Amino acid sequence: MSLVRDALTILAVCAGAFFFLAGTVGLLRFPDALSRLHALTKADNLGLGLIVLGLLLQTEGAFPALRLISVWLLGLLAGATVTQLIARAVHPGGLHD
Amino acid sequence: MVFDAGLAVLVLGVAAWTIVARDTFAAVVGFIAYGLLLALVWVRLAAPDVALTEAAIGSGLTGVLLLGASTRVRRTKNLTAGKEPAAALRLAAIGLCVMVSAAIAVLVLLLPEPAPTLAAPVAANLAATGLGNPVTAVLMAYRAIDTLLEVVVLLLALLGVWSLAPDRLWGGVPGLHYRADPDGILTFDAQLLVPIGILVGIHIFWVGSVAPGGEFQGATILAAMWILTTLSGLVDTPSVSRRWLRLLLIAGPAVFVAIGLAGFAMAGAFLAYPIEHAKLLILIIEVPVTLSIAAMLALLVAGPPERSLHR
Amino acid sequence: MNAATLYGLCSAVLVGLGLYGLIMHPEPLRKILAFNLIGGGVFLLFGVVARRGAAAGFGGDPVPQALVITGLVVAFASTALALALLVRLSSEPGRANLPSEGSGEEPMGGGPL
Repeated sequence: MSLVRDALTILAVCAGAFFFLAGTVGLLRFPDALSRLHALTKADNLGLGLIVLGLLLQTEGAFPALRLISVWLLGLLAGATVTQLIARAVHPGGLHD
Repeated sequence: MVFDAGLAVLVLGVAAWTIVARDTFAAVVGFIAYGLLLALVWVRLAAPDVALTEAAIGSGLTGVLLLGASTRVRRTKNLTAGKEPAAALRLAAIGLCVMVSAAIAVLVLLLPEPAPTLAAPVAANLAATGLGNPVTAVLMAYRAIDTLLEVVVLLLALLGVWSLAPDRLWGGVPGLHYRADPDGILTFDAQLLVPIGILVGIHIFWVGSVAPGGEFQGATILAAMWILTTLSGLVDTPSVSRRWLRLLLIAGPAVFVAIGLAGFAMAGAFLAYPIEHAKLLILIIEVPVTLSIAAMLALLVAGPPERSLHR
Repeated sequence: MNAATLYGLCSAVLVGLGLYGLIMHPEPLRKILAFNLIGGGVFLLFGVVARRGAAAGFGGDPVPQALVITGLVVAFASTALALALLVRLSSEPGRANLPSEGSGEEPMGGGPL
């Protein structure tokens, strides 16, 4: 049973690392600030989420699990706020189609 | 060990990038990454309090300051015209730096074995202070005068920053005015994040007496929440002439000095605590100091007054 | 060689890198960056000494760790003041960086501070 758990953890953490890699490639290769922010949010949401999922399989008890999930949620919220701030700095008047 | 080697190589690589990058903005981003990696190194060196402080102040707040300054001094980059430094100067600089690095490396390799340490006296007297975190005990009990001077240095730096305002803006409002769209996403996110952040900051301050944490780390998170409310336009920065702001800033150092002077009457020396009231006195010092430091850090990031008080 | 010694050697290289940046960059902002790099290296050296002093059930000697925390806050305060000074100088008529070597220029005087 613990072998299955460990294998799933490694799988989830590797998948999360892949999303972080994809986000970094997008950060370096996309042309302008808004598309780079778009790439970074994938790293935040999916990458961090998958890593937290992998670590959840290793924790004992409800409290450490809740702490890990709240880390992910706080990372999402902080990332969203900072993304809005950066986007507003680049386009002060907002985007108009 | 492999992990440590990889981390050290990464830290050196990012530091080298910070030095050789041509664009100032890229160098500042490299510095922020360097600070976060250094926080990981501190965890590997079994110093979680220092890791928290490095990530919050050393990388976070310093990074915000550097980003702001790099966008403002950008136009002086064109004034750096002139030929490249001579190759001889470059070689001499490299030679000097290699010598300094080699000297420090030799010192590291020659550090005495067994290593001298003060951990035993700290542990022996920890129960008398009523604290469980040895670093907090050193900061607030054994070397409390260092912490007092540190808070005063922060205040003096803030006064120095405020004094850089031009005459006509003296006593005005620091920073630009950010307008908030009341239905915007940013307002919603900020209104959600700030209360949670304040709670996290207070928790880290409170738990610092028995676990990694403490007043500087908690105060930095509180300052970051204040900066966030200003940047998202929820609240405008107060002008530096406001009386409540100035009282908030001096409350911490004033209480610290007062309890220090009371130490003469209570236990015979400056900043000495009587053993039965040590924990209580430390707490009475820590609460206003945390609030004052949070205000000082936020105002240091806000900068000198840029808007006049009188419209 | 254990992890502490490895990080000690890393701190030596960091101080050297920062010193090189401090000497070679003409812009004051890059000099301030390099100076912070030197500071990081010196604090890391403190941390190595603290780690080697692990005893009495602690992972590291708490006294150097507390000194580093104090040093980090004071370094932030001095960086804040230096950057505010730099921004203020760059907004005045005059020059806010040092003339490069051999360009034969004198630093101009600044306007009223």
